[in-house]
Amino acid sequence: MSGTSNNIMLSQPANHQPMKRDELVLGHKSLKDITDDICAPVERFPSKGWMGLFLGAKTLFIFYILTIAMVVSTGMGLLGVNHPIGWGTMIITFVFWVGIGHAGTLISAILFLFRQKWRTSVARSAEAMTVFAVMTAGIFPLIHTGRPWLDFWLFPYPNQRGPLWVNFRSPLLWDVFAISTYATVSTVFWFIGLIPDLATLKDRAKNKIRYMVYGALSLGWRGTAKNWSHYEMLYLILAGLSTPLVISVHTIVSFDFAVSGLPGWHTTIFPPYFVAGAIFSGFAMVITLMSLIRIGFPQFKDYITINHMEVMNKIIMMTGLMVGYAYGSEFLIAWYSGNDYERYVFMNRAMGPYAWSYWIMICCNVVAPQIFWVRNFRRSIPVMFVVSIFVNIGMWFERFVITVTSLHRDFLPSNWGQYAWSIYDTAILVGSFGMFFTIFLLYLRVFPAISIAEIKPVMNVGKDEEGGH
Amino acid sequence: MAKKRVIGGMAAIFLKESQVLQAATAARASGFIKFDAISPYPIHGMEEACGIERSSIPYVTFGAGALGLLLSLGLVYYTSVLNWPINVGGKPMFSLPAFIPIMFELTVLFAALCSVGALFYHAKMPKIDPPTIDKDLTSHKFAIFIPENDTGYNEDRITRMMNELGAAEVKKVAEY
Repeated sequence: MSGTSNNIMLSQPANHQPMKRDELVLGHKSLKDITDDICAPVERFPSKGWMGLFLGAKTLFIFYILTIAMVVSTGMGLLGVNHPIGWGTMIITFVFWVGIGHAGTLISAILFLFRQKWRTSVARSAEAMTVFAVMTAGIFPLIHTGRPWLDFWLFPYPNQRGPLWVNFRSPLLWDVFAISTYATVSTVFWFIGLIPDLATLKDRAKNKIRYMVYGALSLGWRGTAKNWSHYEMLYLILAGLSTPLVISVHTIVSFDFAVSGLPGWHTTIFPPYFVAGAIFSGFAMVITLMSLIRIGFPQFKDYITINHMEVMNKIIMMTGLMVGYAYGSEFLIAWYSGNDYERYVFMNRAMGPYAWSYWIMICCNVVAPQIFWVRNFRRSIPVMFVVSIFVNIGMWFERFVITVTSLHRDFLPSNWGQYAWSIYDTAILVGSFGMFFTIFLLYLRVFPAISIAEIKPVMNVGKDEEGGH
Repeated sequence: MAKKRVIGGMAAIFLKESQVLQAATAARASGFIKFDAISPYPIHGMEEACGIERSSIPYVTFGAGALGLLLSLGLVYYTSVLNWPINVGGKPMFSLPAFIPIMFELTVLFAALCSVGALFYHAKMPKIDPPTIDKDLTSHKFAIFIPENDTGYNEDRITRMMNELGAAEVKKVAEY
């Protein structure tokens, strides 16, 4: 690690040459240094910080499992869903977590297609975040059905009830296919990326169990030129397939709302609005996690540099503006439509009983990211950490606003009501973070958090010697 | 599987990316055709140096995607039109726009999974306990492996050639 501080100095703006690319990997590292740095957290005894975080997350996870057990055994009545608000915490938090996942695919697939080399350092962990966020999300609609032990009815299989097939014209069924395909393809994409690194870990193994486990996981990868040729082609194809897939997933999630006839939901802006919001919230979660990784594993600061964080903050700021534009345009269209119900829903959002949630959303999603116009704030870890938390809160409230405020006052005043938020709603929401963080922390211990095989080809970017570009 | 013959050969270990790229070019120029280069990461230009043809995986992807599209169309048509037609809001039984999301998702699913299957087929994975030339080949070393059944295989010649190209080590490998 010696010399690291000097090299950080080199990349400061004072020495910044306008036509020169920024270094993607700081310090003059050899190939072996990179392998050693990235494998270190997997091969040493966990630090106290990791242990502390893991104990906390794991306790929350157990609490979450108990809450789910109570909700499943007693029934959905424990939660605040009622008439007229039939969709509550379960659906809100489901959309929240699916949205979080989208930034991972954006980084790993879309930025790959655009040849954005900076994605390499964060792609692995962002992709892991995707997989775990979708896992966390997938549980909610399954419980929301009320009788989760019958959830296999969601899939079209020949049965003795007719056969009674699922309704392929329903957006809810499109969701089943979209989420399960997304979960499968993201997991496969992530695992394909891991294979060469797992082979590295296998070859470094000091004991037999470790050798066997990583040997089995690496599936006998050897890294010959012929294998790499097929591998790179497959990686490109999976990136190409994931790109329309990720856009389709949140589009279909937005169809769950938009295809209905409810004022506030029935709008054509929903698909792009949801996709932009998903990327926005996902990048915020990436910033949260990367800030923690930089604190927990200081040697990763050479790979996940401030430049990387700054680029992501720019994306947060841009997608935040897109989301803000969507909020504004919804109001314009509600007014321009001349539809009384549509107008009422939006006035009610901003000034009705749930106005507080609307203004939390605006402050967190539209106002807070504007701080990133200032370069020093974009490059400050404490500032970006706090803003990323605000964005996560704001994006949860966005889904709350869309779901609850639209349902609670629709066409007939005799059909109006309030959401009966209960302690179980809180427990489900908070507990889901326990599940996500438990899995994510375990991932940091057993898999290399940065792609070793992908970072090596870009290690000379921005360096003059060795033919860097 | 019992009949499969174990193939050995000569392996040269290099410490630099540029050296192994030169060695691959030289090996190809001197007439070897079955040799392979082993590296911890994909090297730019290695396919040209080794004379590897473009991967055939995209054809698998296209075929599997088309198959997924047709199968999903068959599934929704059979279930929603033929086997159990239900009138949903007066929509036609064969309401294609409503089926597009399902068809799209299954196209992507088939294409992705079959492409992965194609990689496994080409790379002969999964393989239990693959032979290893050097444990550092997945970290910071590179190698050229020339199998003993390659045309013009001659241990002395290979050793001389690889040493001239700057190999850190040239050794005989019993199995790879």
